[in-house]
Amino acid sequence: MTGPGGVALSLRGATLRLGGTLIWENLDLDVAPGECLAVLGPNGAGKTTLLKVLLGLLPLSAGTVTIDGRSPRRGSAVTGYVPQQKDFDRDLAIRGRDLIQFGVDGHRPGLPFTRPRQVDAVIAAVGAQDYADAPVGLLSGGQQQRLRIAQALAGRPRLLLCDEPLLSLDPASQQEVITLVNSYHREHGTTVVFVTHEITPVAAFVDRVLYVAAGRWAQGTPDDVMTTEALSALYGSHIDVIRVHGHIIVVGGDESAVGPHHPLRGDGGHDGGAARGRRRR
Amino acid sequence: MTIAFLLGQPFAQHALLAAALVAVTCGLIGPLVVTRGMSFAVHGTAELAFTGAAAGLLAGNNPVAGALIGSLVVAVLIATLGARPRERDSAIGAILAFGMGIGILLLGYYHGFATAATNILFGDIFGVSGSQLLILVVIGLIVIAVMGTLYRPLLFASVDPEVAEARGVPVRRLGLVFLLVLALTVTGAAQVVGTLLVLSLAITPAAAAQRLTASPLAVVALSVVFALIAADGGLLASFGASSIKASVFITSISFAIYLAARLAGPLLRDRRRRHPAPIAGPAPEPVPSHNGSPARARPHDIGPG
Repeated sequence: MTGPGGVALSLRGATLRLGGTLIWENLDLDVAPGECLAVLGPNGAGKTTLLKVLLGLLPLSAGTVTIDGRSPRRGSAVTGYVPQQKDFDRDLAIRGRDLIQFGVDGHRPGLPFTRPRQVDAVIAAVGAQDYADAPVGLLSGGQQQRLRIAQALAGRPRLLLCDEPLLSLDPASQQEVITLVNSYHREHGTTVVFVTHEITPVAAFVDRVLYVAAGRWAQGTPDDVMTTEALSALYGSHIDVIRVHGHIIVVGGDESAVGPHHPLRGDGGHDGGAARGRRRR
Repeated sequence: MTIAFLLGQPFAQHALLAAALVAVTCGLIGPLVVTRGMSFAVHGTAELAFTGAAAGLLAGNNPVAGALIGSLVVAVLIATLGARPRERDSAIGAILAFGMGIGILLLGYYHGFATAATNILFGDIFGVSGSQLLILVVIGLIVIAVMGTLYRPLLFASVDPEVAEARGVPVRRLGLVFLLVLALTVTGAAQVVGTLLVLSLAITPAAAAQRLTASPLAVVALSVVFALIAADGGLLASFGASSIKASVFITSISFAIYLAARLAGPLLRDRRRRHPAPIAGPAPEPVPSHNGSPARARPHDIGPG
């Protein structure tokens, strides 16, 4: 490992309520420097909000969160962020290299000059030479995502936060994105938090899984958490985890979470149950 | 009167200078307006600059000061009522309609020269006094200074607000600053082309520039050049044909540039595309990875970790 290394993440009794709705509570999580954590769970379980907390964009309602011993700070140079996959507008007058340049100095005052050498290195590292000068809106979803990751890596982060970077990508592009993140992670010892709703593509690459559902959570190695027993316990209803040729399929997980207390949950209490009902439309 | 004679006159020189300054500010701000999808905000601010100007005429025969105050008030209103992108256009529409109504009411009470009203709407750079020109110069310099400082974070926030915010860009505060700078720019431009035709300098040159290149700096440079050609070119043309208002020429030149860019844009893009191939090809392997295919490499064994 050649880079600046990773950072340690720590959450203690972390609880988040948004507008009176409980998102998750009493979350205890430790991620060691250089570890890769996948955050899984159904839509609306609070995976993106966890990233927002780590980015310093949302304060916790209770508990503590630290990155290398300090509270998350908005705009921290330590953190790189790859947002949810979303196509850029076709007519947007921005090239790939400009997007990457934003990752270097987009937050600083001045005019949008691009410094070719600095950006060229990142473009080469992610293999985007062929399309870095084309308007981003004309590129494929996979190419755009590659550029977003390049943007996040341009700041040489020690913590990389990826929010569903595989969403709406074809399997080949998904694999490219994973390879890209994984190789940076290996090479630089970067801590990675990878939010995804599908474990299969990332199962071999992540060290640990945090599964959030219905205000509760479970964590451990992919093999620990992605089992029928563990997820059934988390959801409080029967969930099947099926493994077929390396694919891990969760059946019945999405909107079926109701049930009593269980040892594996993050000790939510009754208000947690009520909040679950409110959250679902 | 020949053009050469007119060019020797201080009033014509002042007008050309004011037009150039307005063109630079509009050319600078235009690309951000287009990128942020805020053309309607420009129109709304300009219309209410009209109301402000009418109030200024009535109160102290000073339409420029009135327009300035009017557009700044509107900028704050748009930022407050239209904070979310989805509701912004409808909020601007609501403010605009009400503001225009007030403007008409105010004009009803005004018994000065009838041309004063049409000058606000359609512009008359020659009707602006020396002291008001000075205000325009100050406004222009402020806009240029702010744009020179905040252009990059503003562009970042316009292209990708989510990531910009995570990187520490104060997206919402910048949005308000941008609206205020927009209000200043619009007030200045309204003196040259009129409140109804501000878009021809604040939007059209930038829209044309974005058709020709995707490089942010090139967009700004082209947008400023196009605005300069339209504003000063239009003014010079009106020296030759004194019966026609300068704004007619300015809007026409601006639109001609836009049409040419719309036609030339696809050609440029095609030529560029022949060299690189921005279509998904085989995935390059940038840095060695420990494991080629994680998904398939996953063994079946399940056990406590």
